[in-house]
Amino acid sequence: MSNIIELKRGLNIPIAGAAAQKVKKVVIPDVAAVKPTDFRGLIPKLLVREGDTVLAGSPVFADKVTPDILFTSPVSGTVSEIVRGEKRKLLEIRIKADKEQKSEDFGAEKVASLDETAIKEKLLKSGLWPAIIQRPYGIIAKPSDRPKAIFISAFSTAPLSANPEFALRDELENIQTGINALAKLTKGGVHVSFSSSNYSGTPLHKLENITTHIFSGKHPAGNVGVQISHISPVAKGDIIWTVSLTMAAAIGKLFNTGKYDVSRLVAVTGPKASDPSYVKGFAGMCMKDIAEYYGNAPEGIRFISGDVLTGTNVGAEGFLGFFDNQVTLIKEGNEHELFGWAKPFRTKLFSTSHTYFSWLTPKKQYEMDTNLHGGPRAFVMSDVYSKVLPMDIFPVYLIKACMTGDIDKMEKFGIYEVIEEDLALCEYVCPSKIEIQSILSGGIDLMMKEMA
Amino acid sequence: MRKFIDKIKPAFEKGGKLGFLHSTFDAFESFLYVPDTVTKKGSHVRDCVDLKRIMIIMVLALVPAMLFGIWNTGYQHKLAFGLDDWGFWNVVWYGLVKVIPLYLVSYIVGLGIEFISAQIRGHEVNEGYLVSGMLIPLIVPADVPLWTLALAVAFAVILGKEVFGGTGMNIWNPALLARAFLFFSYPSKMSGDTIWTPGVTRYLAEGKAYACGNGLVDGFSGATPLAHPSVEGLQNAGTSLWDMIAGVIPGCVGETSVIAILIGAVILIWTGVASWKIMLSSVIGGLAMGYLGFAVGATDLPGYWQLVMGGFLFGTVFMATDPVTSAQTETGKWIYGFLVGALAVTVRMFNPGYPEGMMLAILLMNTFAPLIDHYVVNGAISRRAGKIKTA
Repeated sequence: MSNIIELKRGLNIPIAGAAAQKVKKVVIPDVAAVKPTDFRGLIPKLLVREGDTVLAGSPVFADKVTPDILFTSPVSGTVSEIVRGEKRKLLEIRIKADKEQKSEDFGAEKVASLDETAIKEKLLKSGLWPAIIQRPYGIIAKPSDRPKAIFISAFSTAPLSANPEFALRDELENIQTGINALAKLTKGGVHVSFSSSNYSGTPLHKLENITTHIFSGKHPAGNVGVQISHISPVAKGDIIWTVSLTMAAAIGKLFNTGKYDVSRLVAVTGPKASDPSYVKGFAGMCMKDIAEYYGNAPEGIRFISGDVLTGTNVGAEGFLGFFDNQVTLIKEGNEHELFGWAKPFRTKLFSTSHTYFSWLTPKKQYEMDTNLHGGPRAFVMSDVYSKVLPMDIFPVYLIKACMTGDIDKMEKFGIYEVIEEDLALCEYVCPSKIEIQSILSGGIDLMMKEMA
Repeated sequence: MRKFIDKIKPAFEKGGKLGFLHSTFDAFESFLYVPDTVTKKGSHVRDCVDLKRIMIIMVLALVPAMLFGIWNTGYQHKLAFGLDDWGFWNVVWYGLVKVIPLYLVSYIVGLGIEFISAQIRGHEVNEGYLVSGMLIPLIVPADVPLWTLALAVAFAVILGKEVFGGTGMNIWNPALLARAFLFFSYPSKMSGDTIWTPGVTRYLAEGKAYACGNGLVDGFSGATPLAHPSVEGLQNAGTSLWDMIAGVIPGCVGETSVIAILIGAVILIWTGVASWKIMLSSVIGGLAMGYLGFAVGATDLPGYWQLVMGGFLFGTVFMATDPVTSAQTETGKWIYGFLVGALAVTVRMFNPGYPEGMMLAILLMNTFAPLIDHYVVNGAISRRAGKIKTA
């Protein structure tokens, strides 16, 4: 058994609305969507037109640069609408689902009998290749690469995130198949990180064909990027792949059943969700399908696909992202607060800073909203960021390098090791209200452009 | 109130009648109300701490020093003129009369410039000056002519801060720049022994002053302990260690009382607004240099005396820890603090012409803080590069 890697720095945000471990309903697909915006840096090439019929697993669009990478429909039905944004950017392909669901058959096969090329081909054809994310940059892996290793985090520390033992309780076999398939794509093996709090008790520790790592600590200890930086930091020129447990299960299902199946247990969470719990849903399902959680009154609620730190604001009629197995509902905080910053006590709000008194109530959970709680300023405080980032990098220097677009410095300060989610907590605690994630995003985009 | 603000708001927005006053309106509105802005990108929830909160804590930490300064201003005046019949309230009243104009000048001039420059840039008004404006009156002698103070504030805010882009971008601590400006531009008004005792300057110049009683008492010197930093000198002046800890000595308005400053230090360290690493390492640096000087015979005062004299502690707690102008890296903070303390005491011991070293030490280290950070960061990067290579 490997040693426990203790991470001292971090923060668990005490937001109310964790999902109870029960499945409230099974979502029957009505309108679903595939969203090219779920994938960083993707230029999509549309393969369908409005009115076309598709099966679950039929290609909907492809990567323009690597046309082998296909993106497929989660349901069978008719393409009802192609939504474009500014400059005709492709945002969503909406598919009206049939009453009876039919899937493309990719053929069930034993992974042991397949070689690397066959596995890659199957993943590419079925639309599950995009589940593999490359570090650096957090983009879809290139099929021609052979990574140093593949990393999976078997626990999540993000606010209100789905409990993997519950959400994946029926998927253990599929995950094992997925890992076996992935293991054939690299020489470095599949590395799985567990939490020290339950690694001997979780059913996931029975997984085989893996290298085990154990971490302890607060968020972001469960982020795969943080784990990689402690196991085997990404140096210039390295390529590492990461897969989420949910997607590993989907890959396993593809080989076990021959079907493209992105159904999953989705945790519906957040202070605005009544009776937060799980639903049996799928990637691309519509927020309207969980209407009972907000009493069908979507006014003043923000619908986040994912968690509050890194999720996407999809709106009341938006769709669940490809990678997400969590929906968070929180209040839009567009209210003025009289003398907010000058009040000695603000008992309803949480702060890590001792300038408020929420450290007196460590167990309390807060009904957080989306208010920014201040105006944007220049960097002033220098020591708040590294307290929530258990990585050997200087976040302020990295962000300043991103702001000035200095790629030499970005490289030196460790841009290869991080993606937005790793610095999300820095953004949360920032008293200057700087949009750290989007600045970093700009930095990564620049790196990709310059290094290409 | 909210309704009234919402009613007049459109006039101040872009294209409104008073659109050019947008920043000013915004400053007042966000002073009263936390804005209703919601997160657009990135993290959907945010910590409720903002810079206004951090700045107000800093201001709060300065209040004990300010209150004591007001009292001590009156008290020194009472001593100088032998006003034995003055009670507590007379003393405080005199102190208020002396100190409030300093604050008025500091805030009106400083905030005025902040508002104008925010207006020109179209930015929100930054709250950084709330702290600088609070600090400046505390680090000048109470008798400083108000017009020179106004000039100093303008110099510090414009050339020390706004030309660099405002709070967060400045290289030197603005409050210290104001003081440095005063000391080097108006040496005739700022030097000598008499400036430190309120009311004495005017008395000497014009032969009369507010509440001057029967004139100066016999044997009045008015010098701060720094003017005669030796055991004998302090004994002759009748200043004990306890006097210096309590702060009943002449000096700048807010710097004299060790106790009041330590209350502020506790607030700052507890809330995490200022770095305890800088404070501790500065004290260590000061002690080290003080005892070194004691050992080689440069002074006959043991090292710890250096901590309680003059502006050492005030500078250590409130000025060296300025998060913008101090070192940014954690290792850098130790180095930076140590050098501030050591340099301050060094200047004191070896420069008889200019007895207060704290101001110069901090300004010098402000200048070198980016260099310290540069080496700390580069060191960490090459260490990391080595680690990745071996991994």
